[in-house]
Amino acid sequence: MGFDQYHEPPDELPAAARTFARLCASLTEEAEAIGWYEQRLAVEPDREAKAIMRDAQGEEFKHFSMDLEFLLRRTPTWREIAQGILFQAGDIVAHGEEAEAEANEEGDAGSDSRQDRPGSLDIGSLKEAAR
Amino acid sequence: MNHLLRSLAPITDSGWDLLDREAKERLTPALAARRLVDFAGPRGWEHSATNLGRTTAVASAPCEGVTAVQRRVLPLVELRADFTVSLSELRDHDRGAADADLEDLDTAARRIAIAENVAVFHGWQEASIAGITAVSPHKALPLGKHADTYPQPVAGAVELLLENGISGPYGLALGRDEYTRVAETAEHGGYPLLDHLHKVLEDGPIVWAPGVKGAVVVSLRGGDFRFESGQDLSIGYERHDAEAVYLYLEESFSFAVATSEAAVALGPQSKGGD
Repeated sequence: MGFDQYHEPPDELPAAARTFARLCASLTEEAEAIGWYEQRLAVEPDREAKAIMRDAQGEEFKHFSMDLEFLLRRTPTWREIAQGILFQAGDIVAHGEEAEAEANEEGDAGSDSRQDRPGSLDIGSLKEAAR
Repeated sequence: MNHLLRSLAPITDSGWDLLDREAKERLTPALAARRLVDFAGPRGWEHSATNLGRTTAVASAPCEGVTAVQRRVLPLVELRADFTVSLSELRDHDRGAADADLEDLDTAARRIAIAENVAVFHGWQEASIAGITAVSPHKALPLGKHADTYPQPVAGAVELLLENGISGPYGLALGRDEYTRVAETAEHGGYPLLDHLHKVLEDGPIVWAPGVKGAVVVSLRGGDFRFESGQDLSIGYERHDAEAVYLYLEESFSFAVATSEAAVALGPQSKGGD
């Protein structure tokens, strides 16, 4: 088994970056599995076999969503952009451009991912927590 | 590896996780200023100064026919609290011990939180930080020695802010002794004092603020007080020997008051901490 999820030498990466990379790899694998089941379901004539595959694909939906939520929680800018795109009616590309522009405007300090600030306790503002 | 040099420390990933979690747990309840003022950033360790948008005239120019002004900025201050962790404690944690002795870290977290609160609320002249109470034009209102009487001066402070066109909601920072008095009063039954104070503050928060002398009422409408973070609180590595690892809590920040009228001090006042 290799360690292909790392693009840089693992020894030089902080623990948080390694965990992040593992979850990115997991997200990719879940998306691939969803696609594979979609293809199998499209060609499988046996109703019982299809029911099993639908159930299995549902598991992959769950895994993909959990992976995504973990990554979004660790990457506020990604989360902010995703919030502008996901579950929104209308033009997906337009939402994407708007969300990216808003995130860039607010993030004039640069990326707010802990991956870019290793060692930070990421406490930030507590004003909302107090109210 | 960044300037915190964490990867040089003889600490496992699990050990770092323990230290980071402990520090965050200790710091979060004590960082009162961050509950009441605007927070900008973090801008990064390389960020050195806050733009004030103001200039100072330069008396002379390099040649005739030109004039010059110089930009004024507020330099960030680096705050650091050293602490030590026993290597044997860290090794025991790696073995599964759930009761690691991190007292020195807890002390450092308490000190740096108090320093941040004091700088924001009362100022830190040597670091060019003008605190909220230091620049408030309002005369401090007497708080009284008994918590039962607190609603009156708090309501007076809110009224003073309204008279100056400062809208709410409002937040109340209570020094350690004052907060304890309020909490104890609430425990003794009757109409809870905390609820009463919340109503006076237009549902604003009442915040435990170690380091604050007396109490401070501030507007939470935003735009009046700005804490700019360079590097948010982080743990860095200094050195180690056979017995212990020497670490530190560190942050860089500036603080500026845009509307000095947006806060009223209550009770005893001091420019220093406790």
